[in-house]
Amino acid sequence: MKPPPFDYHAPRSVAEALDVLAAEGERAKVLAGGQSLIPLLNMRLAAPGHLVDINRLTGLAGVEVEPDGVRIGALARHAEVERSEPAAAAQPLLRQALGLVAHPVVRNRGTVVGSLVHADPAAELPAVLTLLGGSVRLARRGGPGTPAAGSSTAQDVAAGGSFVVRDVAAGEFFTGPLESAAGPGELAVSAFFPALPPRSGTAFREVARRHGDYALAGVAALVVLDDDLRITSAAVACVSAGPVPLLVDVTGECGHRPPASAGWAGAARAVQDRAEPEDDIHATAGYRRHLIGVLAERALRDAAREALNG
Amino acid sequence: MAERTHDITLVVNGTVRRAAVPGRRLLSDCLRHDLGLTGTHVGCEHGVCGCCTVLLDGEPVRSCLTFAVTVDGREITTVEGLADGERMSPVQRAFAECHGLQCGFCTPGFLCTVTALLRDNPVPTDEEVLEGISGNLCRCTGYQNIVKAVHRAAEIMAEES
Ligand SMILES: Cc1cc2nc3c(=O)[nH]c(=O)nc-3n(C[C@H](O)[C@H](O)[C@H](O)COP(=O)(O)OP(=O)(O)OC[C@H]3O[C@@H](n4cnc5c(N)ncnc54)[C@H](O)[C@@H]3O)c2cc1C
Ligand code: FES
Ligand code: FES
Repeated sequence: MKPPPFDYHAPRSVAEALDVLAAEGERAKVLAGGQSLIPLLNMRLAAPGHLVDINRLTGLAGVEVEPDGVRIGALARHAEVERSEPAAAAQPLLRQALGLVAHPVVRNRGTVVGSLVHADPAAELPAVLTLLGGSVRLARRGGPGTPAAGSSTAQDVAAGGSFVVRDVAAGEFFTGPLESAAGPGELAVSAFFPALPPRSGTAFREVARRHGDYALAGVAALVVLDDDLRITSAAVACVSAGPVPLLVDVTGECGHRPPASAGWAGAARAVQDRAEPEDDIHATAGYRRHLIGVLAERALRDAAREALNG
Repeated sequence: MAERTHDITLVVNGTVRRAAVPGRRLLSDCLRHDLGLTGTHVGCEHGVCGCCTVLLDGEPVRSCLTFAVTVDGREITTVEGLADGERMSPVQRAFAECHGLQCGFCTPGFLCTVTALLRDNPVPTDEEVLEGISGNLCRCTGYQNIVKAVHRAAEIMAEES
């Protein structure tokens, strides 16, 4: 239970980090909070030749609330984002989901962006990003780059070196279990979670064996109402329901109706039908499918209630 | 080829300590083996049991999921640093008084976690206590006396402030 040897790099700037990542390619791994990577190293399930520790890149620690959403830097810890009142006001699903991510002590180190790149199909945040239609910003060496104005990467360009930045939409970012679109040589610098639209609500419901464990199944829901308080859009993203977060639009099943008479049960069945859960030592696929239906209905009803109250 | 080492400086329980460690040295092993502070216990080494929990600049973290080099220059408080000289801290006294420990293996992690919990929330509800200690496993006590000890520590701290 000790990590294998690796060359340790502690860059002081994004440019320096990208240099090492470019030079070492597939041999290098980024170390953020370490709450997923270090267990893998301790169990010798991973043995990267080089570790690029981004914990000194304090410029990436920001949680910026913009009119259209929340941009979370790669060094922002789960606990910081969970505590942020402006972030919770702009997008309440962030805090709702973060309270279910591991235990408070793990949340003190683990990062939101690290959780996205890690792309565990049982993790909450990839489902949140997928449901909201967010994106992850990836940077790599190359040039001449066109970093987004005002981003910390833009300032870094000024500090020397050019690099290429691309924003990858959630739908393309999660490519398989523990696989994301972040390639060798790339650093995820931030993630963007769109703000909650008006007259809408969110909820996250899950079942775990023990509080703080990865969920056996989980469902995040977003419901949007129109001026007459009828449902105009309803969707869920499910955890542990397949290799990547499962996004299901259930607007049709719910019907253009007020929440009190919406077709929640039909919507839950539609979600269940789309799920492809797996058996493991914790639960059978059949039980997971059952949970997904129950949780989808609860999450949708709760999200609709939030939308009415909000 | 010998593994490359890094010279690091940690402020552990108020004392400046130096060590030369390979990049892969876990903070838990650095504390126990390089610095001889064996109060920090190691159970699972993958973040589940919580007995390796120490305070990093006051915040509880898993020392088994932290590399010592990453926290170069930072302040660490271990269970050895909780007492005020010979006098046990309120949390330590409450655990003793309420039988919040039997074998004691999990205790250093609970003490560090609860110390930070009560600093941030001096009068926690039962639910907040359960949430706060949910990441620490105890094989002996059945937790009831640990929950009592947390409330008792809150009382002692209120009495003494
Ligand atoms: C006991 C325990 C319980 C947990 N329970 C849950 C849970 O219920 N739900 C949940 O979602 N998570 C859970 N986690 C995982 C936790 O949320 C992690 O913090 C998170 O998955 C990874 O974030 P990190 O910052 O620690 O990343 P790290 O462990 O540092 O990295 C994880 C992976 O992402 C890569 N990476 C990280 N950051 C970047 C970046 N900026 N650019 C490129 N690559 C990067 C790394 O190279 C590595 O491959 C648990 C962890 C523990 C120890
Ligand atoms: S030894 Fe660190 S959590 Fe178990
Ligand atoms: S007292 Fe023995 S494990 Fe907790």
